Amino acid sequence: MTIAVSVRDLRKSYGEFEAVKGIDFEIAAGQVFGLLGPNGAGKTTTVEILEGYRNRSSGDISVLGEDPQHAGQAWRSRIGVVLQSSSLYPNLTPRESLRVFAGYYATPRPVDEVIEIVGLGEKADARVRTLSGGQKRRLDLGLALIGNPDMIFLDEPTTGFDPGARRAAWETIRNLRSLGTTILLTTHYLDEAEQLADQVAVLRGGVIVRAGSPAELTGGASETEIRYRQAGEEILERTTDPTRRLHELTSAALERGEVLDGIEVRRPTLEEVYLELTGSETGAE
Amino acid sequence: MKLFVHQLRTEQLLFWRNREAAFFTFFLPVIFFLIFGAIYGDTDISSEHIKGSYFLEAGMIGYGVASTCFAGLGITLVVRRELGILKRVRTTPLTPLTYLSAVLGSIFIVFLFEAALIILIGRVLFGVPFPTQAFSVLVVLLIGAVCFAAMGLGISGFVRSAEGSSAAINAVYLPMAIISGTFFTPKGYPTFLKVIADALPLTHYTKVTRDVMVHGVHVWSDWKQLLVVLAWGIAGMLAALKLFRWQPREA
Ligand SMILES: Nc1ncnc2c1ncn2[C@@H]1O[C@H](COP(=O)(O)OP(=O)(O)OP(=O)(O)O)[C@@H](O)[C@H]1O
Ligand SMILES: [Mg+2]
Repeated sequence: MTIAVSVRDLRKSYGEFEAVKGIDFEIAAGQVFGLLGPNGAGKTTTVEILEGYRNRSSGDISVLGEDPQHAGQAWRSRIGVVLQSSSLYPNLTPRESLRVFAGYYATPRPVDEVIEIVGLGEKADARVRTLSGGQKRRLDLGLALIGNPDMIFLDEPTTGFDPGARRAAWETIRNLRSLGTTILLTTHYLDEAEQLADQVAVLRGGVIVRAGSPAELTGGASETEIRYRQAGEEILERTTDPTRRLHELTSAALERGEVLDGIEVRRPTLEEVYLELTGSETGAE
Repeated sequence: MKLFVHQLRTEQLLFWRNREAAFFTFFLPVIFFLIFGAIYGDTDISSEHIKGSYFLEAGMIGYGVASTCFAGLGITLVVRRELGILKRVRTTPLTPLTYLSAVLGSIFIVFLFEAALIILIGRVLFGVPFPTQAFSVLVVLLIGAVCFAAMGLGISGFVRSAEGSSAAINAVYLPMAIISGTFFTPKGYPTFLKVIADALPLTHYTKVTRDVMVHGVHVWSDWKQLLVVLAWGIAGMLAALKLFRWQPREA
């Protein structure tokens, strides 16, 4: 397994303020890595350092085998970027914009193919300034794909999408993954991370508070809840071994000839894990 | 080189596509030439010893360099920076040097075209003969474009918002254009205006343009004026080196 991105003890300070306080992670080539975290957690800072756009204060990083801070044009042609805020020429059409950016790369994807991928067919020849927010965002995604990159950085790529467009974008990202593209994605939508990411890291206040696959995050660390009523009393148990505990509970109840009223077994969703991890800080910064 | 040509074509597309900006930076000098030419083109300007139209033709090229290379470029750069386009460009394989060269190259093309149009209109409508020192004229245009573009780069660093960029930059270049004697001769100015005019690069540039185009003087004979223009160009460049940013100010 080759490593596309490796980050060791990455730190970034803006003046006195340390926005990223020593984080470590790796992204295997061909995987989708999701970076989650509340506003101000340091996601954009981290991503822009990996894009070679910002300089780090300290730490070792490697993206596609090079240090982004010193990488050249050949390296740039292998990455694609969606910035957090849309950045488009308002007076060009999507088709023209894609053509302009295609010209910067040695082996671009065909413009029509990208228009198709991001679903801008109907608006391909309208001025960008007349597009809706979500349509502009799709063009941003298209511009990130046009160079046929090995690695793409997507900073909140689906913010402003309607549910249909979001699903379409997910499909696009899955397709890119199946073509072997490595993807680093930041998002506030947990279902998005759950749907797309092979690995997730939750960032809070510049440190990674939890990392792993979505399944590990929801299944591993937190416990399963079992809820039922016994003798009119509401009982909530947490267990790391739900199979055994359920068996004990139900067989005991059967032996006594009782019913476990309103029995409910549930695992926390990524959303709950996330809120548990970040809840106290959200809005506090 | 291929990238440079590609970006140069992109810049031309972007320039002509933005109608309002093209009007202000490209057509306004031409329109002013027509209007003022109609008003005093046939009158002799005694203090300059030339006909109004001769005076005005060189003046409008001076006005053109300020509006195209200085104001037009400055506004474009601020708007692109605040829209995040400069930042986006930095994420592509296009180098900053190639990008900026293409931006400047494109502005120079626009200015050359504009100057040619003004000279042509002067010839056809106002009977101003074509300049005799063609090479000197070309050098003057090139020096003007480079120096005023450097000032445009510099001023873009001072302007914070895209919305305010036109207002802020127009507030600098319009009074400058008027004081510098592009429309009226500065010879009869009251002292305080004369002092200001003498400090402005456009006053000196307009004098060079007029000497070369109207009086057939060789460009290097006005080296003192050129030095002033160059000094301003260098000041603009230094400001640009210190203040130019690729990322939006307001993000
Ligand atoms: N250029 C900068 N100068 C000073 N402070 C900055 C700068 N950029 C970011 N910060 C600060 O660093 C912290 C992390 O910002 P960052 O943009 O990385 O957060 P984020 O996780 O992307 O947030 P969001 O979800 O809102 O996009 C914030 O507290 C922010 O105010
Ligand atoms: Mg962000």
